[in-house]
Amino acid sequence: MLNRRNLGSLAAAMLLAGPAMAQDQSIIVQSTTSTANSGLYDYLLPIFSEETGITVNVVAVGTGQAIKNAANCDGDVLLVHAKPAEEKFLREGGGVERTDLMYNDFVIVGPDGDPAGVGGMEDVAAALTTIAESGAMFASRGDDSGTHKKEMSLWADAGVDPAAGSGEWYRETGSGMGATLNAGIGMGAYVMTDRATWINFGNKQDYDIHVEGDEDMFNQYGVILVNPEKCTNVNAEAGQTFIDWLLSDAGQDAIAAYEVDSQQLFFPNAPDM
Amino acid sequence: MQDFAEAFRLAFQLVASGDADLIEIVLLSLRVSLSATFVACAIGLPVGALLAVSRFRGRGAALIVLNAMMGLPPVVVGLLVYLHFSRMGPLGFLGLLYTPTAMIVAQTILIAPIVAALSRQVLEDLFAEYAEQFRSLCLTRLQTVRALIWDGRYSLLTVGLAGFGRAVAEVGAVMIVGGNIDHLTRVMTTAIALETSKGDLPLALALGVILLTIALGVNAVVQSIRMSAERMAYA
Repeated sequence: MLNRRNLGSLAAAMLLAGPAMAQDQSIIVQSTTSTANSGLYDYLLPIFSEETGITVNVVAVGTGQAIKNAANCDGDVLLVHAKPAEEKFLREGGGVERTDLMYNDFVIVGPDGDPAGVGGMEDVAAALTTIAESGAMFASRGDDSGTHKKEMSLWADAGVDPAAGSGEWYRETGSGMGATLNAGIGMGAYVMTDRATWINFGNKQDYDIHVEGDEDMFNQYGVILVNPEKCTNVNAEAGQTFIDWLLSDAGQDAIAAYEVDSQQLFFPNAPDM
Repeated sequence: MQDFAEAFRLAFQLVASGDADLIEIVLLSLRVSLSATFVACAIGLPVGALLAVSRFRGRGAALIVLNAMMGLPPVVVGLLVYLHFSRMGPLGFLGLLYTPTAMIVAQTILIAPIVAALSRQVLEDLFAEYAEQFRSLCLTRLQTVRALIWDGRYSLLTVGLAGFGRAVAEVGAVMIVGGNIDHLTRVMTTAIALETSKGDLPLALALGVILLTIALGVNAVVQSIRMSAERMAYA
């Protein structure tokens, strides 16, 4: 029978088993939902861990929250896609150096019927203006993520203030890329998403890519080592090893080799070392 | 509706094939939520019992606060624990953020008020029945509390189950303090949230079916312990 004493020791054993798991040669990468939802890490990290014995733990949140977490020293490496915010993070002493890592692009997906009639448009500013004027719905991340920041800058370029239609035709979900796609598809709204998440997304229903190919839709990812002078807990050696590997030929080749449905999701563009 | 059939098929397939990742996630879910339940009971039962037998100024207000805390939003608890365990926070030096221990702490904070508030009610009702007997035996307050908890142990099992149910089902707190890290802090609910965000709804639903089955299993085990213990007691 269970009695109080062995209940207590059982609870103690369960508690003690906890911290021992996260030790030594492991690093925490603060990253974005788009890279995680695309399946890239599931492909890359086993290759890296095999070569170096370093375990990489990925926390996937929006770019805004990832940078905030890294600024609180809760991570060793930051891998996000919002260059102005990354540079601000560096200026504030949060990180050591920012390096371009890879890119893909954003696309606008919409329902089969294409209610705003933007199918095939390449000029993203014109497409956004058309959507806004048509009264068709548009679902936005609304979460200060890299994708959201990009979307807001595209609206600004188009000269449209979507906030005026917030809650009406402009729906801010305040959640991750996948959750926003689920919500947008549920309400028949257009959604701007990075291509990698879209290709890997399982609940497409009758949705397809309507707008793509504009240079403004370029999506650059950068990688930063969290500043070990500010954050003494940072495993700088293992973190730098991970960054060096990502930027090396081996890492860049591995990124290029990741495919879903025989489509390449990320295009490596690290500067030559 | 096709998704539902697909979900049950997938759930069965995952369980039948003994998927290693699934087993790891299930075990972590149980470890975190059962640990939180034990700790919450260790804190909540004595608090509830003391409140049940004590009369003091402001008791009514204390009970209202305690009952209201049963409605603590998990995401707020997660945020509070994150702010404390973050490297920049007051407990950051412990290095507990993104570990199962942080998840246990968050869930304990979440369900300890539930255990305390429900056990207070159960034990107060019991106390009303036995108050005169206790007085005639001249028991100290500590002895009274121990006698009450022992006598109400079967009802208190249900209180513990209510706490466990809340812990194992919540996603808001463990998502923030655990980070949903694969092979480290991923539990059933955060895995379901992840698969939903990938748009893999059948797999998300299948994991939900498995989570429900586990909750059913835990309840069945506790129920059978209770029934066999009662049979022994009255035999």
